[in-house]
Amino acid sequence: MNAANYLYVSALLFTIGAIGVVVRRNAIVVFMCVELMLNAANLSFVTFARINGNLEGQVVAFFTMVVAACEVVVGLAIIVTIYRSRRSASVDDASLLKR
Amino acid sequence: MISNLPIYLIALPLFGSAVLLLGGRKTDRWGHIFATLMSAASFGVGAYLLTIMLSKSNSERAITQKLFEWISVGTFKVNAGLLLDQLSICFVLLITGVGTLIHIYSIAYMSHDHDRRRFFAYLNFFIAAMLLLVLGDSYLNLYVGWEGVGLASYLLIGFWNQKPTYATAAKKAFIANRVGDMGLSLAIMIAFATLGTVSFAGVKEHVGQASTGALTAIGIMLLVAATGKSAQFPLQAWLGDAMAGPTPVSALIHAATMVTAGVYLITRSNFIFDAAPTAQLAVAIIGAITLLFGAVIGMAKDDIKKALAASTMSQIGYMILGAGLGPAGYAFAIMHLLTHGFFKAGMFLGAGSVMHGMNDEVNMRRYGGLRKFMPITFATFGLGYLAIIGVPPFAGFYSKDKIIEVAFNTGGIKGITLGSAALLGAAITAFYMTRVVILTFAGAKRWDEKAHPHESPFLMWGPMVLLALGSVSSGFLFTHGDALRNWLAPVVEPVAVHEAEVLSPAIVSILALVLVAIGVGLAIVKYLLSDVPEVAPKDVTVFTRIARRDLLQDQFNEAVFMRPGQALTRGLLTADRSVIDGAVRAIARMAVGSGNILRTTQTGFVRSYAMWIVLGAIGLVAAIWMVTL
Repeated sequence: MNAANYLYVSALLFTIGAIGVVVRRNAIVVFMCVELMLNAANLSFVTFARINGNLEGQVVAFFTMVVAACEVVVGLAIIVTIYRSRRSASVDDASLLKR
Repeated sequence: MISNLPIYLIALPLFGSAVLLLGGRKTDRWGHIFATLMSAASFGVGAYLLTIMLSKSNSERAITQKLFEWISVGTFKVNAGLLLDQLSICFVLLITGVGTLIHIYSIAYMSHDHDRRRFFAYLNFFIAAMLLLVLGDSYLNLYVGWEGVGLASYLLIGFWNQKPTYATAAKKAFIANRVGDMGLSLAIMIAFATLGTVSFAGVKEHVGQASTGALTAIGIMLLVAATGKSAQFPLQAWLGDAMAGPTPVSALIHAATMVTAGVYLITRSNFIFDAAPTAQLAVAIIGAITLLFGAVIGMAKDDIKKALAASTMSQIGYMILGAGLGPAGYAFAIMHLLTHGFFKAGMFLGAGSVMHGMNDEVNMRRYGGLRKFMPITFATFGLGYLAIIGVPPFAGFYSKDKIIEVAFNTGGIKGITLGSAALLGAAITAFYMTRVVILTFAGAKRWDEKAHPHESPFLMWGPMVLLALGSVSSGFLFTHGDALRNWLAPVVEPVAVHEAEVLSPAIVSILALVLVAIGVGLAIVKYLLSDVPEVAPKDVTVFTRIARRDLLQDQFNEAVFMRPGQALTRGLLTADRSVIDGAVRAIARMAVGSGNILRTTQTGFVRSYAMWIVLGAIGLVAAIWMVTL
């Protein structure tokens, strides 16, 4: 099977993720879209590793997973805290940094 | 000869000053006695060193002491060292001797002042600085002392600085001195640039290598320094106002010692001036101008201290004139300096004694007939008076007549002009000093009932008597067998060939005495045989009016230097505010403005930030793509 197809899938997933981040208000959904973008990148890494016949891309993919795991821990904690204090998970409601 | 003693001359009074200043109020009770003892101890060391010097032959008398290596930068090396030679020792004994007498006098004079300790601390500091000035073995060491005495002078003129006019007088003296100090620093720089050294011995050794132009420049700059410190034309305006200080200060600093530092500087630099005739001529001319200038002002002053200050200016003019006459004149300049140190200090102390008895009144028109009430003051002041106008055999007769004689003997138009100026000055001196004596001690009493004139205590008249003895005898002692001239010979190297005599000493003396008699006679007619009004008459000639205003020296300085200077600073201030501050403010405004514009992008909405990030990433990829394709 042509390796380029994986890249098309990766680009598609990334675009869906990016649009999701920009368009959706629910913090959980935005969060999942971020994960989607990270995994789209992971798919690209693995594909390039396959194309080039070495393991570097695979290694980076593991790093990405570790970072994603950390991000989930911190990010979910923040979202839960915000939800507790404001009874809302909308990212537009949390715009106090401007003031 | 090398000795460890000279540093003690400076260290003792400096120690006294430090103890009094650091000890504070705890030393109030014994501080004045301690300071006097320190000054006297310094005099003792000086006298002992003199005996050592006397035991050597004339060419081996100079005592040197190396203290430490002060500056060592590349080829520029300056050692802090002291040089006590035949010239320095004269000054050392004058400074510490007259200084100690004035310390003693001040114990009584300042006894009612609650800041007496501070006064003595400053006096001791002055003695130390002045000794450093005359003992330094290089121009740079001299410069330290030079600045030190300027500081002491400033502090003491403004000692009663609760009065704003006194504080202003102190500032005026300090600023006028700064102009002169700049001359000295420039002279040192030129000397280093052309000769590569700043020590007296080094400059003397290398003086032949420098061009006449460079030497003239050094000489003129040294003259500027001397005019500042010695209140010579055109930097003379500060001396009259300096009388704001307590009278002992006027006697010590502004009559006997500090103001003569300019004469010392020129005499010490004799090797430079002898090689630069133009600068030497300038020195003589400045001296001649000042001696007349001061004498004219002296005629118009009613304030006894200001009259004496004008007289000091005039007498230092004689010294500068003497020093400007070359090898023939140095010894007589120094001799007049020493005799003047006795009689002028004595007269200032006399004036202080009069003020002490007259509730600090200084206007001579409010004195009159005081000789009955203050016999000792009158006697000592009178002896000083006879010395200054040059009546034989008092001190001034020997020293002043010699300067007049040497001035004539330089020959040509120069000799006649300078000599005539000096002769005329002698006549005017006789007039104004007679005026001072008559207004103060003779005639009818013009003071009101509140004043109770009385003789001063022993601590005050004791020093006056000793100084009066000096003004009687010093002239004869110095000239007896050319004593001072031979003593100073190794330093100033008088020319071996005897210059042609234009006028013989006898003729000069007779001429001078006739003119002095005329001056005295005029003063007697005007002030003794006719009534003296208690208030200075208003309907006087324009010349008197100008003389009363110090020959318009303040007005001149104000119009020529102060007003344009202020205009310049105002202009610079405007330029600073509009151009430099304007540029800085414009940059700040730009930062604020751009910040305000960029602020609008910070909405606080996470999704809009994400949008920007996405757009930025797309833009970045597009840019890389365009470059690579």
